[in-house]
Order: sequence, then C-alpha cells, then structure tokens
Amino acid sequence: MHYGFSVNIAMVDSITTNGLLLGACWIISNILRYYLPYSDRYWYILILSIIFSLVVNALSKFILNLILIDSASTEYLIFLSNSYWIRLGLAFLLVGCMAVICVLWYTQEEEQENRQRKNDAEKLSRDAELYKLRQQLQPHFLFNSLNSISALIGSDPSQARNMIHQLSDFLRTTLRKEEEEWVKMEEELQSLELYLEIEKVRFGHRLSTTILKDEKSLQMLIPPMLLQPVVENAIKFGLYDTTDAVTIYISVSSENDSLRVIVQNPFDPETANPRHGTGFGLNSVKRRLYLLFARTDLVETSAKEHVFTTTINIPKHESYHNR
Amino acid sequence: MYSRQLLIFQSMKVIIIDDEPLARSIIREYLQFHPELELIGECNDGFEGVKSIQQHQPDLIFLDVQMPKINGFEMLELVEEPPAVIFTTAFDEYAIKAFESHAVDYLLKPFSRDRFDKAIAKWNLAGKSVSSKEQLAPLLDSVSSSPAEQHRVVVKLAGKIRIIPIEEIHYLEAADDYVKIHTREGAFLKNKTMGHFESVLNKTLFVRTHRSYMVNITEITRIDPYEKDNHLAILKSGGRVPVSKTGYSKLKSVLGL
Repeated sequence: MHYGFSVNIAMVDSITTNGLLLGACWIISNILRYYLPYSDRYWYILILSIIFSLVVNALSKFILNLILIDSASTEYLIFLSNSYWIRLGLAFLLVGCMAVICVLWYTQEEEQENRQRKNDAEKLSRDAELYKLRQQLQPHFLFNSLNSISALIGSDPSQARNMIHQLSDFLRTTLRKEEEEWVKMEEELQSLELYLEIEKVRFGHRLSTTILKDEKSLQMLIPPMLLQPVVENAIKFGLYDTTDAVTIYISVSSENDSLRVIVQNPFDPETANPRHGTGFGLNSVKRRLYLLFARTDLVETSAKEHVFTTTINIPKHESYHNR
Repeated sequence: MYSRQLLIFQSMKVIIIDDEPLARSIIREYLQFHPELELIGECNDGFEGVKSIQQHQPDLIFLDVQMPKINGFEMLELVEEPPAVIFTTAFDEYAIKAFESHAVDYLLKPFSRDRFDKAIAKWNLAGKSVSSKEQLAPLLDSVSSSPAEQHRVVVKLAGKIRIIPIEEIHYLEAADDYVKIHTREGAFLKNKTMGHFESVLNKTLFVRTHRSYMVNITEITRIDPYEKDNHLAILKSGGRVPVSKTGYSKLKSVLGL
C-alpha cells in the first residue's frame, strides 16, 4: 500500500494514530482492572470499544490536520478524510480485542483469587480446629479444673460429679468432628455456657455471667467455636487484670438477617498493658471472618470506662447454609 | 505429754495465697493432717498476700504462680523478708523450668496428699529455713526475664503496689542496694541491681549510659557535652542523665549516629 506520500508524512501519521490507539488500549485495560462487568452486561464492552475508537479517530484526525496542514499535500488531506471508515474499523477491532483479552485475563485472575481465598478459608478452619483443640485442651484450664474437682471430692462429692460431667461435655464439644461447617447459634451458646459454668466453679463468687439472647438468633448459623476465643479473652482480661468480682456480659441478637454478638468484660486500663493488644484469640476470629466474607469490619472492639466490648457481626452466607 | 505441748507451742504459721477458692480448700484439707502447721490466713491475690505476710510473718506460704494483676513471683519481690515458699501451679512451662533449675520445691495441681506431705517433709528437713531471701533471689532473677515480666516492673511505695509498664520508665539510677526508677509520677525504689535491669530490659529501648544510670532512649531530647569526655543526656521530663565515654558510644550506636 503505497500512496506516494513522503516518509515524513507517513511517519507522523502512523506515530500519531498508533500512539493514540496504544493510549486507548492502556486506558481500557486500566478501567477493566478495577471494573469488570457482570457476565450479563458484556455489551458494556462493545459500547466502550465503539466510544474509544470514535474518540481515537476523531483525535487523530484533529491532530494530523493540525500538524500537517502546512506541510502536507492536499492529496494527503483528502486521503485522510477518505480513509476515515477504514481507520475507524481498524481502531474498533484493536480496541475491542484488547478489551476482550483484558476481560478474560482479569476474570481469570479474580477467579484464581477467589479459589485462593476459599482454599485459605478451608485451611484456616482446619487450623482453627487444631488451635481450638490446643486452646480448649488448654493445659492451664484443664489442670485447674481437675484441681477443683479434686478439692470438691473432699467437700462436695455431688458437685464434683457434676463438674466432671460439665468438663467432659465441654471437652466432647471441642473434640467433635464437624460434619456441617456451620452450627446453630443455640449449640454454640450451649458450649460457651458449659465453659463458663466450669470457670464459675473455679473462680467461685468472683465470676458471674449475664447472657441475653433472642429466639430468632438461636436458630441462625455461625462458624463453630467462633466465639470461644472471644469469651476466653474476656475471662483473661476480666479475671486476671482485676481483683474484683467480674461479670461477663454476652448478648446475641439478629439484625436484618445477620447475627450480632456482643461480649463485654471489665478491665483495668492502667494495668491492661499493651502486650495484651487485642489478644491472639481476637486476631484469629478476625482472620477467620475475613477468609469467610472478605471483610475486615466484622469485629469491633472498644474500651470505655473500665468496660471492654467486643462486637461481632456475622452476615448470612447462603452457600454455607446449603452445605 | 510435755513434748506434745511443746510441739503445739512451736506451731508454725502458714498462709495460702491462691486466687481459686477450691485450690485453697484442698491445701486447707491436707493441712489438717499436720497439726504442727497452723493456718493463719488465706489470700485471694498478691496484694492481699503482701499485706498478710507483713502482718503475720508466716513461716511458710503456699503460693500460686498465676494470679490476677501480679503473679506469685512479682509478689515475692515485694516482700522484705520472704518466708519459705512452696509454689503451686497448674501448668506454666516457664515457671516449672525455673523451679527445676533452682531446686525450689513446687506442687503441680492437682497434687495428692502424698506429694503434699513430701513437700512438707522436705521443708522440715531443710530446717524450716526462714531466711529464704538468698535462696529465692536467683529464682526471682531468672523468672523476671520471663516474657510476662519484661513488660512491666512491680514496685511498692508507702504500702501501695504499683505496676509500671516499662515504656513509662524515664531512667534508672543506682542507689546503694536499690535501683531508683524514675517515671512521670516520681521515683520508685526496687531492690535489684543495675546489672539485673541491664539483662532484663529491652536493649533497643534502654541503654546503660553510665555505671549508675540507664536511660529510656525515647525520652532523650538532646545530648550535651559535659566536662572532658563526658556528656549529659537531657530528657523530655527535664531530667539530666550522666553519659560516660563508653556510654556515649553505646548510645550513639543504638541511636544510629
């Protein structure tokens, strides 16, 4: 294809047109990196490509006219205006191809990320199981409970027997193999109550609990043993950072289909020193919820006037309900 | 008959310090079989423990390691003349290691009456040593570098117990057998050596600038020359800490100068 134009003009034309096309492709790939249309809206891409090729064409025509108006022959200017549709077609093809490639690439990338997250979630639930075993079979808790039982055998045998039952029920819950991934809030609360009953025997009058629950929330689902580290944290803060009597407050409620759990414990701001941070237990809860929902705002903590509050929101998650 | 009366006359005073009532009750139960041991007090935590020891001067205490606010070791550090101690703990790898390396007797919960009797017999054999300060010192030194205690220092001032997070310490000053801990709220005395603090405190935060001084580097605002090779570190609080020649080079390397 030789139209007899000078090399100079041919160069200016191709650099301008191709440069603008390159720019358009770059912008499109950036748009699609941050915004991928849903599969039923792929016609967005068609419109986007048409708009971009129109803009590229108009711009290149404008710029070429501007630069070459003096130096170029009239033949070239005529050629420029005659080749409009060919240029538009080529631009559309190129931009369209780029858009399709980007959509494919980023969709695949997103899918890979989802798969990764799901794998992580599964791995974490296994890890949580191990961690939970370690935690609940937490030697300190276990041996102290056994010591309490040993003391009760002398003074109050029937209470000793009662505590053995509570301890075995609790240990059984923690050892139970989960067949379903999520459990009813009711079950989760029962296991928490068992744990708290044992701690109450150990700490005597110092520990009391208030548990508020609404009927609807009890039937809702929750990842098993999610709350255990939170309550342990509350006990640790409450019983080991103060010397007074301690009330742990737990409230479970349903809010627009999602579960809200609030755990409160007293603490001493002067000695609840920074090493506790938010606690290892709370971090594991945050991480678990992040892997399940890809959200970091589900766990909130606040410390106000000697009361430490942990609020956990658990969204409804259909795919887990169906398993 | 006479000898029995003498035995009663010589009865030994015992205090139990444990935050769990049932854990205290089992020791109380086992003590019934040792009439020569008179239980004169039970304490819920380290604060009560310090008070009760001062008040009753017991011969022997049973001391739980993990307790609210201050643990058993921190409590012992606050007692001027600690009595003989039998430690009790459910599970604390760190403490158990320390007990073993310093041959201090301890009971692992839950413990049998047999094991309890053995501990008492061992204490009897050791001559019911009252002055256990020297015995306990190496133990307390080793446990105060435990992870929990590296973050705070427990002191007593006018009968009140204070827990100082180490970030709040401005500088330390040697004062005879004590170390003076300077904070925003004033100075507290602790019966330890500078060498002890040098080995325990975080070396990127505290620098021994002088034979008798250690300074929290985040508190320094400037360092002025002062006589010959010496310097003075001026603190945010207005405090002035001497810096020797070697102290100055240590300070420079920690501050990255």
